[in-house]
Amino acid sequence: MLLARLSEALGVSGDEGAVRELVLEQVRPYVDAYRIDGMGNLLVVKGGNKRGPRVMLAAHMDEVGFMITKIEKNGLLRFAKVGGIDDRILIGKRVRVGPDGVPGVIGGKPVHLDRKARSVTRADDLVIDIGAGSKEEAEKVVRPGHYAGFDTAFGEFGQGCWKGKAFDDRAGCALLIEILRGEYDFPLYGAFTVQEEVGLRGAAVAAYALEPDVALVLEGTTCADIPGTEPHGQSTRLGHGPAITAMDRTVIPPRWLTDLLVWAAERRNIPYQWKRTTFGGTDAGRIHISRAGVPTAVVSVPCRYIHSPCAVMSRADFEAARDLVRGFLQDVSEGGLRR
Amino acid sequence: MSEGRSTLLERLRRLTETYGPSGREDAVRALIEEEIRPFADEVRVDALGNLIARRAPRGAAGAAGASRRVLVAAHMDEIGLIATHIDDNGFIRFDPVGGQDAKVLVGQRVRFENGVIGIIGHEKLEDAKDLKLAKLFIDIGARSGAEARERVRVGDMAVFHRPLERAGDRLIAKAMDDRSGCAVVIEAMSRLESSPHEIFFVFTVQEEVGLRGARTAAYGVEPDVAVAVDITLAGDTPEPAHRVDVKLGKGPAIKIKDLSVISHPLVRDWMTRAAEGHGIPYQYEVLPIGGNDAGAMQVARAGVPSGTLSIPCRYAHTPVEMVDAGDLENAVRLLVAMLEGPIG
Repeated sequence: MLLARLSEALGVSGDEGAVRELVLEQVRPYVDAYRIDGMGNLLVVKGGNKRGPRVMLAAHMDEVGFMITKIEKNGLLRFAKVGGIDDRILIGKRVRVGPDGVPGVIGGKPVHLDRKARSVTRADDLVIDIGAGSKEEAEKVVRPGHYAGFDTAFGEFGQGCWKGKAFDDRAGCALLIEILRGEYDFPLYGAFTVQEEVGLRGAAVAAYALEPDVALVLEGTTCADIPGTEPHGQSTRLGHGPAITAMDRTVIPPRWLTDLLVWAAERRNIPYQWKRTTFGGTDAGRIHISRAGVPTAVVSVPCRYIHSPCAVMSRADFEAARDLVRGFLQDVSEGGLRR
Repeated sequence: MSEGRSTLLERLRRLTETYGPSGREDAVRALIEEEIRPFADEVRVDALGNLIARRAPRGAAGAAGASRRVLVAAHMDEIGLIATHIDDNGFIRFDPVGGQDAKVLVGQRVRFENGVIGIIGHEKLEDAKDLKLAKLFIDIGARSGAEARERVRVGDMAVFHRPLERAGDRLIAKAMDDRSGCAVVIEAMSRLESSPHEIFFVFTVQEEVGLRGARTAAYGVEPDVAVAVDITLAGDTPEPAHRVDVKLGKGPAIKIKDLSVISHPLVRDWMTRAAEGHGIPYQYEVLPIGGNDAGAMQVARAGVPSGTLSIPCRYAHTPVEMVDAGDLENAVRLLVAMLEGPIG
């Protein structure tokens, strides 16, 4: 299954090669041309010579993870976080380390010996244990500067739910791959971007190169429909359809564009929800201010527990997101970008 | 009050009372577009919604070599609130659009784009320190969630609901930031006769959420030099939050720096020379906080010498932003004097 393979591939920001290879293998039969730009974004085009608006769809390939900073004498690895990760979720997690994907475990002082165990141990005080007995032994498989990422098997469970790592934003990558299989009556550009989690970096240069007339960012977003969160603090709710962003920290999508998305959903009876919080940002933040400006909106699949080793997503939400974006593109095929 | 001042005041009244939070500047843009058409050679709207008016060089003023492409920017957007959730009793939760202070919001009247009026209430507070935006809600008088959702949708934005008032020589309104800048630019366009420069008057969007419109406008216009016209904080009230040596009524301020820009010496000197040459009072402004459109314009493409003509303003980001009528008039005179002559 495509999403399973995407989720299990390792691709921490700046090290997206394995994800890019997988994506490329999937989209190659369906696109007219592709290129990998100077930062590592995979840019693809379908129908570049067609008339009509240049539409850009973007999903980021990178995920949050770690970088090895130092190998201690006893073979334990010090690390830095890459992207936003909560220190509370680190201890005891399995990771894959270095270019060979060596298995490791994040460890810290056991609770029995830690008088301050009621407080959270900071990432700086944790280590990754790859079972090496000494610095020399560890150095055979890992060096400072190598990456590490969560090691989580994808799975289906419960009532139509999926669990796995990196749904932010492999869910968007999977959506974009499925959408590229279709045919559209306008030039369609796909951008699988790098380094979103460390500051929306890849998207900035991708949008500069593609010069689109309009852009849609496909994301896996926060979902907090859990006990202890008031309804208005819940970002999105699982199983209530894809989320449309009214505003976040980085972008205010134009109302005419979100209206087109709402219209695409409502006329096809596709469920959708508005994202209820405005914190966080996405590649849209950089795309919409590219060159002389690009109207940009965001469609997201709700994912509980993102930026952790295991997120939960609803299959129905994913499929509805796909149908919504396809519907929107169909509407653009038929009527152009009606403001 | 002179005739010039009274048209400026009426224009400012219409502008400040118009709805236009960041990303929803349509009504302000329509109003300004109508006002500036007689003074522009071309008017267009870019992809983000910036209103861009071009004026070709006119008259014999200055040597031919003195002509530059100048971008003059004032932002159309004001701070606001965005509806994020409507509960089953019809109360609307919101997030800020731009810099909002929970202390200021309690008890305010707000208005949505479709004219719906609401007030801001708060949950029980154990302590004044608990007054956070998350404790506030908008009440539009709806009897149920269903009724509220018919009148307001998630994603709709509200702004302060206040008329402009005169208090002596001072004017009080919401959205003085930056409709006072818009009014100054429009007035300068109407008074400007000869200029050696090709001037792009740009009314920008989304300044309050990160100088976004100015960035794309400057990319599109590719100016040789850029000037933003915006309000700045006056530090002349009792125990001000920030030490700023700018006073109401002492003339427009020439910005030296804020957190987004260090005014280019070329622009700073151009402004200073124009003020001194025409006997216009001015003050230098060193602002320890904040940013303005010049911050985005200076880094457009390969870089643009940029600076800011500031209008001193008390109580910024409240419904009672206060400016001095004389400062506005002198800001217009300074902008006209700058654009009539050579830059440097």
